[in-house]
Amino acid sequence: MSLSPTGALRHSGSLFAMALDVLRTLPRRPFQVREFIQQAWFVASVTILPTALVSIPFGAVIALQIGSLTRQLGAQSFSGAASVLAVLREASPIVTALLIAGAGGTAICADLGARKIREEIDAMEVLGIDPIHRLVVPRVLATMLVAVLLNGLVSVVGVAGGYFFNVVLQNGTPGAYLASFTTLAQLSDLWAAELKALVFGAIAAIVASYKGLTAKGGPKGVGDAVNQSVVITFMLLFVTNFVLTAVYFQIVPQRG
Amino acid sequence: MGVEIHVEGLTKSFGDQVIWQDVSLTLPAGEVSVMLGPSGTGKSVFLKTLVGLLKPERGSIRIAGQDITRLREHDLYEVRKLFGVLFQDGALFGSMNLYDNIAFPLREHTRKPESEVRRIVLEKMDMVGLIGAEEKLPGEISGGMRKRAGLARALVLDPEIILFDEPDSGLDPVRVAYLNQLIVDLNAQIDATFLIVTHDIASARQVPDNIGLLFRRELVMFGPREQLLTSDEPVVRQFLNGRMQGPIGMAEEKDAAQVEQELAGLDGGDEDQPAMTPRLLPSAGVTRPPRWQAIADREAVLRKRQVADA
Repeated sequence: MSLSPTGALRHSGSLFAMALDVLRTLPRRPFQVREFIQQAWFVASVTILPTALVSIPFGAVIALQIGSLTRQLGAQSFSGAASVLAVLREASPIVTALLIAGAGGTAICADLGARKIREEIDAMEVLGIDPIHRLVVPRVLATMLVAVLLNGLVSVVGVAGGYFFNVVLQNGTPGAYLASFTTLAQLSDLWAAELKALVFGAIAAIVASYKGLTAKGGPKGVGDAVNQSVVITFMLLFVTNFVLTAVYFQIVPQRG
Repeated sequence: MGVEIHVEGLTKSFGDQVIWQDVSLTLPAGEVSVMLGPSGTGKSVFLKTLVGLLKPERGSIRIAGQDITRLREHDLYEVRKLFGVLFQDGALFGSMNLYDNIAFPLREHTRKPESEVRRIVLEKMDMVGLIGAEEKLPGEISGGMRKRAGLARALVLDPEIILFDEPDSGLDPVRVAYLNQLIVDLNAQIDATFLIVTHDIASARQVPDNIGLLFRRELVMFGPREQLLTSDEPVVRQFLNGRMQGPIGMAEEKDAAQVEQELAGLDGGDEDQPAMTPRLLPSAGVTRPPRWQAIADREAVLRKRQVADA
């Protein structure tokens, strides 16, 4: 990867060009059902376990922080409300994004990169098959689906972990915790989080595919591509997360 | 019947490094052509440009009435269905076994029932001598087998044009001989236009109708086999005889004075191989189309004359 400013511009340009290609190719028949299912299964299998294992301590940390904060403020009755809000709105999309990019995206990038340097992608193009249509679109859709499902998983596990730490370890009141669940959070928070996860999944898969398909220079090139794809995806995800959150607060009226 | 490829003024560079410039040639329909050249002269780049994988800076490539350098992506995929390409290492899909690899283009492009796919795939596998290896993964077989599997995959869609990227690299001489025979037999059977990119002189002498030579960022010569084999052009003679004396050096090219001196040293003791080598003909079992019958007759006359001379 060149370090010149024009190089960076060119790469961002081609990344967006590929994102547009993916959008344009999306409705083209025949839809690659088989590849989609295989990839969805594959991405899910590499992300489910780490996601669950990460979201338990994540939920616990939030519960601990909020537990002590509400005690300091004298608002223990709101601890349940606050931790649900934190997990649902921010924690779960971010955990999902990190794992989708870190576990799913790297696997996609390495797979496509290896195919690229073995000339498999060239061979496919010569056989008259568009790799975007055949390989990238199913991967993007599969990653988006898995991201949405994972976000649900993280929310459930995170809230359960929060409950456990707040009620069992910090001697909170189960009734108060559960009763305050819906004082601050609302259903639209869940929808917004799912939408975020959907967008994060798309970004992670597109960046991983782009980096994989442009890998060059032998096995080392694939390693570099994977490395860059993780770094770029993380940066994009956090920026996107900020923008989506800001927009959400503007268009959805908040409770309380 | 094959398709003619007409290349006009083609120039390709990476950054400010020119690979070759102003290449113009016509690959006649249904004939076998060989593109020769020292390593690193952009032979593979030429091949990839022909199928539209790389975009040239200037020039045109006309195939079946279309200029493929100016086609939109979507139309390019359509034109590519005319092509079969054998990549250097076969470029098989690593996650599929040989059978699925060879069936892949059929399953993607046609709605043939699985029994029909099976018949075609087994026919092509038989053609390249791979029966019995259907279940093997590309990682489990030798380089020669990978090449033959790549060739079978290139053949399943009955292409009009077949491009071979160094079919003989990394193979032993016996396998090269078999592969050359296979190429000639295929040409007699399916009548497609063939382009072979190689630096193997023995194959280049026996197999093609036309020979081209890329050197010093240019197409030095392109023409009928006889014309190149009997050419007095120093580069052509050096390359076809595989000797050190001549314009081609180890790294790039040599200066003119040194070339002059070396060529003068060769005079008298010229131990070059005989200019005309007999041409490889389709095997006995293959029915020869009129074009190949004419070639065989001409070869027979030549052979008779050589015997008479001796």
